[in-house]
Amino acid sequence: MNRDPQYNFAYLDEQTKRMIRRTLLKAVAVPGYQAPFASREMPLPYGWGTGGIQVTASVLTDQDTLKVIDQGSDDTTNAVSIRRFFQRTAGVEVTTSTEKATVIQTRHRIPEQPLREGQVLVYQVPVPEPLRFMEPRETDTRTMHALEEYGVMHVKLYEDISRHGRIATSYNYPVLVNGRHVMSPSPIPRFDNPKMHMNKALQLFGAGREQRVYAVPPYTSVKSLDFEDHPFSVDAWDRPCALCGAGDSYLDEIVLDDGGARMFVCSDSDYCARRRAESAGSEVA
Amino acid sequence: MNDQPLLAVNGLADQSALVVNGLTDQPPPAARGLADRPLLAAEGLTKRYGARVACRDVSFELWPGEVLGIVGESGSGKTTLLQLLSGKLTPCAGRVLYRDGDALVDVHATGEAVRRALARTQWGMVWQNPAEGLRLGVSAGANIGERLMALGQRHYGHIRGAALDWLKRVEIPEDRIDDPPSAFSGGMRQRLQIARNLVTGPKLVFMDEPTGGLDVSVQARLLDLIRSLAMRMNLAVVLVTHDLAVARLLAHRLMVMQGGRVVEHGLTDRVLDDPLHPYSQLLVSSVPRV
Repeated sequence: MNRDPQYNFAYLDEQTKRMIRRTLLKAVAVPGYQAPFASREMPLPYGWGTGGIQVTASVLTDQDTLKVIDQGSDDTTNAVSIRRFFQRTAGVEVTTSTEKATVIQTRHRIPEQPLREGQVLVYQVPVPEPLRFMEPRETDTRTMHALEEYGVMHVKLYEDISRHGRIATSYNYPVLVNGRHVMSPSPIPRFDNPKMHMNKALQLFGAGREQRVYAVPPYTSVKSLDFEDHPFSVDAWDRPCALCGAGDSYLDEIVLDDGGARMFVCSDSDYCARRRAESAGSEVA
Repeated sequence: MNDQPLLAVNGLADQSALVVNGLTDQPPPAARGLADRPLLAAEGLTKRYGARVACRDVSFELWPGEVLGIVGESGSGKTTLLQLLSGKLTPCAGRVLYRDGDALVDVHATGEAVRRALARTQWGMVWQNPAEGLRLGVSAGANIGERLMALGQRHYGHIRGAALDWLKRVEIPEDRIDDPPSAFSGGMRQRLQIARNLVTGPKLVFMDEPTGGLDVSVQARLLDLIRSLAMRMNLAVVLVTHDLAVARLLAHRLMVMQGGRVVEHGLTDRVLDDPLHPYSQLLVSSVPRV
């Protein structure tokens, strides 16, 4: 698809992209640190991915191949809209394949297929501040980050255990990045938290409304917070994906009718489709 | 006022005891070995808000295990002084020295990191309004455990054990551990605040009207608790109160403040029984008797 010449490449003007890239450099230099940036008004509402889109627009080149996923799926409204937005304003190649993509913008999931060096994963973040739940004042949370006062994060986990008998936080599970900054991984399921650890790809996080970007550079340690006697664990399902039979992926529950019938399928649509294509191929052979 | 001469005699007796034993008879006997140096020293503390002076040239020393009462009417600068001492406000002149082991820390000149670390480990802060000192949204257990977790404890079982132990020590039923403080009565909230502060074994606790807003029977229990804990843990306490009865029960020494100035300073019994300054005399005589 050709780029609409009415727009500058990737919608944002060059000065804005330069400003965001500078902030991203700062964010990469201090893994997990929330760097403030001058978030722009985007042609979609806050909460729909304005932060992620600005970060993607800033790192995109015309050589890039873009993949956009929402809840793991390439074909939800949000993913389709954002993909079309960049097709029109940047004229870049788009794909649904995790393997082929060089830039992946995501909301709520990390692709099942391990990322490789050179790939960039851009997260859309609604609330970048992991301490917000315990401490509503921004001035205080900044001081707490500066002085590494992270005791309150465990107060939240303590509450979980005392109420539910286990750590019930199942998404947006706080992590310690590079042994220094506590970071909100955005609302990805905690199932995906281990994938962030020592990931080969560059992970960038953009929060448009809150005007913050932060980053996890490749090969950076990302540790999920926990207690010694209640260690971090990920969810497991007692059945494989109903479509592709994968036993190692994050499953969505799909209600089939009013009688209570339901099925569990991979939330990562590309992963599921690829597995099904492979098994179909091997059956033919 | 028939008993005035008698009380004056008592006051004199106290003073003579003081002279005989020297100043160090203030802390309880167990602490005497440690008490050869003051824990906290204020030197010429002054705080001005524009032309108004909230606190004028206040100096004193506080020894380990000693309870110092600060009394005076509303607006006399008591709370400002407490905030200066605890590092929450910066003085316009003067300094506060705190003895941390062998090191002497200038509370306001040192970095914020040190000040906050002190506040979390060696100091406690009990507010009149428990909402300021507690997290009302999380359970009692988490409130008590917060300081431990801030110090790096990462074992849920141990933290919960300490919380249960402290609930027992402040006489809150153990089955309330998972209830939020918002479900507690005023007296229980105050006791929870105390437990939350003392769990890390601090050396110095600042209390701002800890019994304000509580009815008398609850007050009495709380005072009893504070007194026994302070004694057992050899706590130094700076206690701000407008209630002379509270000061009488808890404080070893009293400072009377008026208009930001310390107008009288001495042993509690001496100040209350034989006030020297006209303002102290007014304060003591205005306490209604039942």
